[in-house]
Order: sequence, then C-alpha cells, then structure tokens
Amino acid sequence: MDIKLEAPFTKKKLKTLRAGDRVLISGDIYTARDAAHRRMTEMIGRGEELPFPIDEAIIYYAGPSPARPGRPIGSAGPTTSYRMDPYAPLLLEKGQSGMIGKGPRSDEVITAMKKTGSVYFAAIGGAGALMAKCVRKAELIAFEDLGTEAVRKLTVENMPVTVAVDSCGNDLYRTGTQRYLEEQK
Amino acid sequence: MRKVDVKMITVAVASLARNTNYFLGKDVSDRISECRETETWDPAADVLSKIEENIRIAGEEGIPLCQDTGMACVFLEIGQEALLCGGSVDDAVNAGVKIGYKEGYLRKSIVADPLRRVNTGDNTPAQITYEIVPGDKVRVTFAPKGFGSENMGKLKMLAPSQGEKGVKDFVVEAVREAGGNPCPPVVAGVGIGGNFDKVALLAKKALLVPLDEKNPDPYYAEMEDELLERINGLGIGPQGFGGRTTALAVKILTAPTHIAGLPVAVNINCHVSRHASIVI
Repeated sequence: MDIKLEAPFTKKKLKTLRAGDRVLISGDIYTARDAAHRRMTEMIGRGEELPFPIDEAIIYYAGPSPARPGRPIGSAGPTTSYRMDPYAPLLLEKGQSGMIGKGPRSDEVITAMKKTGSVYFAAIGGAGALMAKCVRKAELIAFEDLGTEAVRKLTVENMPVTVAVDSCGNDLYRTGTQRYLEEQK
Repeated sequence: MRKVDVKMITVAVASLARNTNYFLGKDVSDRISECRETETWDPAADVLSKIEENIRIAGEEGIPLCQDTGMACVFLEIGQEALLCGGSVDDAVNAGVKIGYKEGYLRKSIVADPLRRVNTGDNTPAQITYEIVPGDKVRVTFAPKGFGSENMGKLKMLAPSQGEKGVKDFVVEAVREAGGNPCPPVVAGVGIGGNFDKVALLAKKALLVPLDEKNPDPYYAEMEDELLERINGLGIGPQGFGGRTTALAVKILTAPTHIAGLPVAVNINCHVSRHASIVI
C-alpha cells in the first residue's frame, strides 16, 4: 500500500517513513541539480537569500527535457544523486527536509540526514515520462541561464517514489540487496 | 561511385534522434517484460512494471523515455563506393542533431568545454565514429547515451596472465561498484582486446548489438551467459532496491591484441538502451 505524503513536508511527517516505503508525493517541490547546487552553496557562503524557502523544502535532483506547447514539462525523471553529495549536508542544515533522486548517498549525507531528521527518496531513474505525468505545473524561479539546470517549482500530484534512506539512516541500497540475498539462501 | 548528398545524413540523424528517444527497441522492451514476469522479489517486480508503464507512456504521449536524452553518439559506416558530396559530413551530422533535438523537444546536455562548462544550447557536437566498409551504402546509427550510466564505465589494461578469470572478475566488479547509480537493470557492453582506445570503442559498440542476438562465437556466447548469471546473483536489482534483475544482458566484442596486453573495458547502459539505424 502506497503512503500519501502531502505538502507541507514537515520533519514530523517524514519521521514516520521507513526505508523501503512506497510513497506518493503531492504538493510543491523544487528542482535543482549540479550547477544549481553549486550556486546555492556559493550564495549561502556570501550570506545571500536562496531563491526559494529552504525550510522544509523537498529538492528534486532533476533536469527536465523541454515542454511541448500546452504541457507543463517534458520528460522529468531523477538524476544520479551522488553528484549532489558534496552540497547536500549544508542545505539540510539550513532546513531542507527531503531530497528526491536516484542511487546511493555518501556516509556524510546520511549522517547529516540523521542529525537533521530528513529523508532521501528515490524516484525511478529512466522513467522520465512516467514522472512527467505527475507534474501539474512547472514554474521557472531561478538561474534561467542554466537551461535544464535552472531551479523550477513543480506542483506534483501522486509522484511515485520509494524511501531510500529514512531519518534514522536506514539505507535501502544496503538493506534491499541484503534482504533479497538472504531470502535466496 | 554512387553519389550521396550529405543532406541525407542530416535528415537521417534528425529522424533517429527523435525516434530513439521516444521508442525503445522491441528487443529491449521484451527483455524487460520477461524479467518482470520471472522476478520473484516484489519491490523489483514493482520497479520493472513501472518501467514498462514508462515505455508505454513515452510512445503514446510523446514524452521522451528519459529526460537525459543523451550525448549524440553517431556511428557512420560508409561504403567505399559511396561519394559523399554537398558539404562536410561532420557538419551534416551536427545539423541533424541540432534539428532533431530542437524539433523533438529533447534536452540539450552538452557543455562546450569540460572545465568551463557552458552549454552549447543545441546538443552538438555529436560523438562521431567513422568506419569505411565495402559497398556503396551509408549506414547511420544513432545511440543517445545518458551519463548516469556512462559515468560508471571502466577500463583496465590487464596482464595476459590474468586471463579469462581476470576479465570476468573485472566486468562483474564494475557492475557491482556501479550499484544503483546507472539505473539498473543495465546492459553491460564489454570490449576485450585491441589497445587502450580500441577497447573502449568495442565496449560502446557492444551496446548496439540486439539483445536477442546470440554471440556468433560459442566461447564468448557462453561467457556472456555466465557473466549475466553472476551479475544477476549480486542482488542489486532494478534501481538498486534489491532483486534478481540487475542486468538485462551482457554483450561482448573482441579484437586482436598485443602479446603483452589484455585490455578490457565495460561501458554500462541503463534499461533505456536506445539505438537505431538508417541505411542510405
């Protein structure tokens, strides 16, 4: 049974989620990937305000393909998360409550997640058309010059994700394989 | 000599860029369905059924299969009896990429310089590989390659003494280390032999072999089966959530090599293993 998670994405709500849970997310989330993370980190370093309220925000690691006329977005699957690992702990400290991407995270990120009570969700990599169908609205809000890497506010409905790392640090990328292999014995 | 206008290459590239990003080859989608039917681990079967749904939505609604519509890898097999006229072939290919990515609403993912990183805005230049072959035809193959999987590629110059075992262990280890990053289930393209640059190209070209085509050399056909079995015993599973289906296929291409060397390369592709060809 899928768990429905609706905005606002408070840490209190996220705390009940466990690695392996299938979740349907609805509400506003923000896209940012490599270049946007670098810029936001630099902005924090200079003491500037970020382009969106970071407190209890969910950031989706994604660079969508262009939208056809009349559609909010093009293909919109997740990108590989480890490239955001150097930037993630700082944003989590600033209040970000969730990340959506794909693939395993570093120990540093997981430690920061436990400390801050945040959650890492995995969307299905390579399923950009399926994810696009959950996007109701997309609004460009910062770094337009970055093209696909710009920051967009997406209003999503029932976006299917899996809890990959929960707020206690349980990591599906380790436990999923272990549990499967134990079952095969 | 048969005259071939390079404009035909532009048209072929533009059309292939669009088609490959919206429609997956039947060999790949059939293999995904077979794996979903035999997958006993529920989270794995769930991911595979969502991947099947993605393929359906992409084709029916005109949304690219994956937002990473790739670096444009173009393979040109040019018949030596064909005379290419009407301009530069490189320019003709890049013009096709530009048109295909614009008109197909595909993502532009290329930066002009690896360190200064400014997007070229039209997904050019393409990675072009030329080959001169007998005949008077020109075969254009287009394989958009996403970098989630490309980043997981590995190459090693083994010593001949490491032999078959060294090669097999290297391939399995490359897939294990990649884990959930390259969007498993993957296709592992393996190159063995040649030299440093040739082996990487062999691994890339191995990804163009249809998944339902058996290796014509029984020795390597058996090795492909064995490697697939070992990889699917790792437990990584679709998306790395655990399960049997870590790879859809392992494909090997080889070339003669030097008495002192045993080069091996692995080029990993995600489940959106895109490629198609047009013969002019």
